[in-house]
Amino acid sequence: MKSIFPILASLAGIFLGYCAYLALVVAPTDQMQGDIYRIIYYHVPSAWTAFILFTVNLVASIIFLIWRNPKADMHALIGAEMGVVFLSVNLTTGPIWARPVWGIWWTWDWRLTSTLVVWLIYVSYLMLRRFSSAGETPVMAAVVGIFGALCVPFVYFSIWFFRTQHPQPVIGGGGSMDPQMLHVLLLNWLAFLCFGGLVYWSRYRYEFFRREVDAAQAMRELAEPRRAR
Amino acid sequence: MNFLYLAYTVTWVIHIVYLGILLRRYSQLRKDVDDLNKK
Repeated sequence: MKSIFPILASLAGIFLGYCAYLALVVAPTDQMQGDIYRIIYYHVPSAWTAFILFTVNLVASIIFLIWRNPKADMHALIGAEMGVVFLSVNLTTGPIWARPVWGIWWTWDWRLTSTLVVWLIYVSYLMLRRFSSAGETPVMAAVVGIFGALCVPFVYFSIWFFRTQHPQPVIGGGGSMDPQMLHVLLLNWLAFLCFGGLVYWSRYRYEFFRREVDAAQAMRELAEPRRAR
Repeated sequence: MNFLYLAYTVTWVIHIVYLGILLRRYSQLRKDVDDLNKK
């Protein structure tokens, strides 16, 4: 497994590079916005990947609450952590696009505000996991994770239900996109998924070994006073 | 164009910072394993 990881990471890197080339050079220029629209090739796949990771957090949190499975707890933690990273990309690239197109960095409309709220919920989740040492922390975190995930559909459908400044969805909901642009968008999403999958894999391995080492350290600390006697 | 490149750069800065944090955690874990083996 150790030897295959660098190969997969290299392939993912090449694929990401190729997709960046498609996004910056091959995809046609938008008639209305010009080249600035190309931010969509990173902005939208980041949001979709974050939503998938938050769904992982939701499913894992429910499994953990029912069966108290430690592996489910690990998946919940990793889903939230990586979801925050991808949503941070989305929340950063959005204002960078908005500044030249709307003339403002930020507006408190439904889509932007609800995305920020979801990001804050998951940052709270990570803070709780990082700074609470109570034994019930994973249970409390699972409940927070479920609440966070319940807000995700609201983020997605906010532009369907409310009048917002944010553009309409590129797939469904009345939005439309040039097939070539859509092709590049989906390829970029696939590249982000490959990259995210590899990071997830290594993050899971780290978490697994971290918990093993923590357990071994705890056992050693329990055994040491006996040795002293 | 500057905004476009800024967005792409910021994206990879965020990911690289996260990967850097993961690498730091890995090296700490390796140190902890070495400490455990020494004792």
